[in-house]
Amino acid sequence: MGTDTAATFEKSLERLNVERTATAATDVHGVLEDVCTTPTVGSSLPFDGVSLPEWVNDTPTPEDLRDAETGISAASIGIADYGSVVLPARPDGSESVSLFPDTHVAVLRMSDIVPGIPEAIARLGDEFRAGNDTAIIATGPSATADMGSLVTGAHGPKEVHVVILDE
Amino acid sequence: MSNSGSREAKAAHLRQLLETEGDAVAQNTRGFNAGRYDSVSRLDDYEALKADAREIKEDAIARLPELIDRVERTVEANGGTVYIADDAADANRYISDVCDERSAERVVKSKSMTTEELAVNEALEADGVDVVETDLGEWVLQVADETPSHIVAPALHKSRERIADLINETFDPEEPLETAEELTMFARDHLGELIEGADVGMTGANFITADTGTIALVTSEGNARKTVTATDTHIAVAGVEKVVPSFEDLAPFIELIGRSGTGQDITSYLSLLTPPVESPAVDFDEPEVAVADGDVDRDFHLVLVDNGRMAMREDDQLRETLYCIRCSACANSCANFQSVGGHAFGGETYSGGIATGWEAGVHGSDSAAGFNDLCTGCSRCVDACPVGIDIPWINTVVRDRLNREGDEGQFDFLYEGLVPDEEPGGIDVQKRLFGNYETLAKLGSATAPVSNWIASTRPARAALERVAGVDGRRELPDFQRETLRDWYASRGPRIDAADADREVVLYPDTYTDYVDVDRGKAAVRVLEALNVRVRIPDVAESGRAPLSQGMVDTADERASRVYGTLAEHLDAGRDVVVIEPSDLAMFHREYEKLLPERSFERLRDSSYEILEFVYGCLENGADADSLRGDAEIAYHSHCQQRTLGLEPYTTAVLEEVGCDVLESDVECCGMAGSFGYKSEYYDLSMDVGDRLREQFTEPAAADRIVVASGTSCEDQLGSLLERDAAHPVEVLDPHRRTGR
Ligand code: SF4
Repeated sequence: MGTDTAATFEKSLERLNVERTATAATDVHGVLEDVCTTPTVGSSLPFDGVSLPEWVNDTPTPEDLRDAETGISAASIGIADYGSVVLPARPDGSESVSLFPDTHVAVLRMSDIVPGIPEAIARLGDEFRAGNDTAIIATGPSATADMGSLVTGAHGPKEVHVVILDE
Repeated sequence: MSNSGSREAKAAHLRQLLETEGDAVAQNTRGFNAGRYDSVSRLDDYEALKADAREIKEDAIARLPELIDRVERTVEANGGTVYIADDAADANRYISDVCDERSAERVVKSKSMTTEELAVNEALEADGVDVVETDLGEWVLQVADETPSHIVAPALHKSRERIADLINETFDPEEPLETAEELTMFARDHLGELIEGADVGMTGANFITADTGTIALVTSEGNARKTVTATDTHIAVAGVEKVVPSFEDLAPFIELIGRSGTGQDITSYLSLLTPPVESPAVDFDEPEVAVADGDVDRDFHLVLVDNGRMAMREDDQLRETLYCIRCSACANSCANFQSVGGHAFGGETYSGGIATGWEAGVHGSDSAAGFNDLCTGCSRCVDACPVGIDIPWINTVVRDRLNREGDEGQFDFLYEGLVPDEEPGGIDVQKRLFGNYETLAKLGSATAPVSNWIASTRPARAALERVAGVDGRRELPDFQRETLRDWYASRGPRIDAADADREVVLYPDTYTDYVDVDRGKAAVRVLEALNVRVRIPDVAESGRAPLSQGMVDTADERASRVYGTLAEHLDAGRDVVVIEPSDLAMFHREYEKLLPERSFERLRDSSYEILEFVYGCLENGADADSLRGDAEIAYHSHCQQRTLGLEPYTTAVLEEVGCDVLESDVECCGMAGSFGYKSEYYDLSMDVGDRLREQFTEPAAADRIVVASGTSCEDQLGSLLERDAAHPVEVLDPHRRTGR
């Protein structure tokens, strides 16, 4: 991943009106504290030297999901052309954490940003054949125009925030 | 019902839709269409992506039986179940059984046109299962008890105000809902609760990959994600044609589907699910057990539906329909669809240009018969289709088949005698009349001006309207006694063969030859001004007229005659110059289906639209000063000319000779050959034309010379604007009088 790719990714996020914060792994907790509204639920972050802060509920029940304002989960790939994040569905329930609360905070390593769809699909193809079974390519918040004009937060999150880990 | 009676009923139905749904449909579809142009223009290589997508679909459909086997093995190895359903009843039975086995009381659904095709909801409701559509558009329709008017945005015929009235009346909220935001949040909460209590989640599938058994779902709202996450049983229902060989094949479609449809670069969510997914189900019946600890055994069923598709695959003409990814571009780019929407331009389930193929394939030709005529063959959808389906051709073929299913007893002695076509007796009189325009024109010209006087008398117009449905409000063509060919034969060429830079055949299309002889004369003079020697041989009508009425055999016979006449000119190195874009489009597009490949390619490679040819001459050093120019022009190109990518030549030439050109941006003028002459479509045609009228009556355009490349566009502009329209070549005519 070149700096160009990261810059394109940021530009795409800007176009989507998606907030983003770049941070060193050591500062992640502080950033999360700034961008999350409690109650916050989360799914584990599988990145070296990074963990969820203690104030995040990482074993949410359906009740917790209903009440949560923010959900934190990991993104495995960023797609520069589109500002998309790839959200793998993990056995700890990352899919519901990224879906039910009003705000989704996706944590992504800068080195996982790829230029476009073909690169992302090539990487996912290998993972899927190796047994990883589900991922969502998410671009911006949930949206609908079915009620007469564009509204965000139809069934999924109304807002998305991408935290980019600058290693 | 008599023919004229059914025409009146059809006209009334269209008028009613224009009034009730037309505005919302127009606003939404035009927004999508404009979005598509913008969005695809941001791609580095749109054409290459489309070519990739097409290739993948061609290959997948060719190998479909093998791929279905593969999907079956893969999904079963993953732990799911595959059921191949022969038809709707078979699919519904299986789905009911699964729901029954899981003792399901409520099924939540994300949007799926295939389940509409099967009428799954009705089948489950008959079993007492509560079925809830969670896509907001589908939900609105479920509440209103209406059918989709669009394959992607099913409720686009409803304005926000009408949706608000419906929801307020049905649910009677404390505060009446008004804004899109309020309506959306109400639906989110209402449906959120229903999803929490659901037992089975049902989705469609946009693509299914044979190598990994992955279901790809293209959505924006997040309801498909919730539908799958909040239930432990997932039933995915899809046509067999949705299978692609490998996971990597998804890439071009992901980039094309949203752009082509609603003009979004990508939709909010692309779910890639390889079920049964490992992700734990959120069990709201156990609200206090951590999701990850829940003891949920996920169950997955993939129902692959044939319902006529395997037969479509064997059908050389309908096969392409199976490449369709249901993006809706062929609906949004269609001028007629933009006016009336899918409640007119659609059958039992599907709507838009490709619906004819789907309906004929899955529901049978009756369902296609009701709306197939709304495709005028303008071809604006052809470039918009991400998988390059020749949608107008599919409409033509189905029309031809419908003609053949006609009642043989309807044999009409008058027309059988008059029209030397290749069609069976059952064909509708109106189609036969317009399909044999050449014969009519010959007859009309031979007896002009008497024929014109008689045709314009009231009794004759009334008879024409009653018998053949030619709308009395349209002006009939004024046949000329001296045809273009007669004129040229007595005048002779003015450029010596020895001095000419080139020699060409000017194709005498029926309209130019018999009706608008002036534009033919202008074309001759313009070509001669560029030192081109002209020949106008006796060439048959191109076949466009019969083809537009679905008379494929007649068109085929015309193509052979045209090629037979032109072959020696091609051998002699003469280019063929064509004034009428719809005839040129025959040579460049449809003849591929009607002539041997080599003949088609030879004619295509040597035939040019007249302004394209003039452009070429100027580029090669001809003197632009020999042409007239210097005029303010309002120019409407021709739909088929646009599809061939030829309209820039006209603008370039006009500008080169010093004209100031303002170009329309509407997809089609609404006349579309004979379409606007038909009494049942008159109002629709005028509604479509209205946009053009608006553009050309704005102050910036109102005083300009109106110029159009197509015959029927000229006629339509004439009636829309009540001033005459000319062909661009008449602007260039050295003999043109000032001001015209
Ligand atoms: S035929 Fe082509 S343009 Fe029409 S819906 Fe299908 S894929 Fe889209």
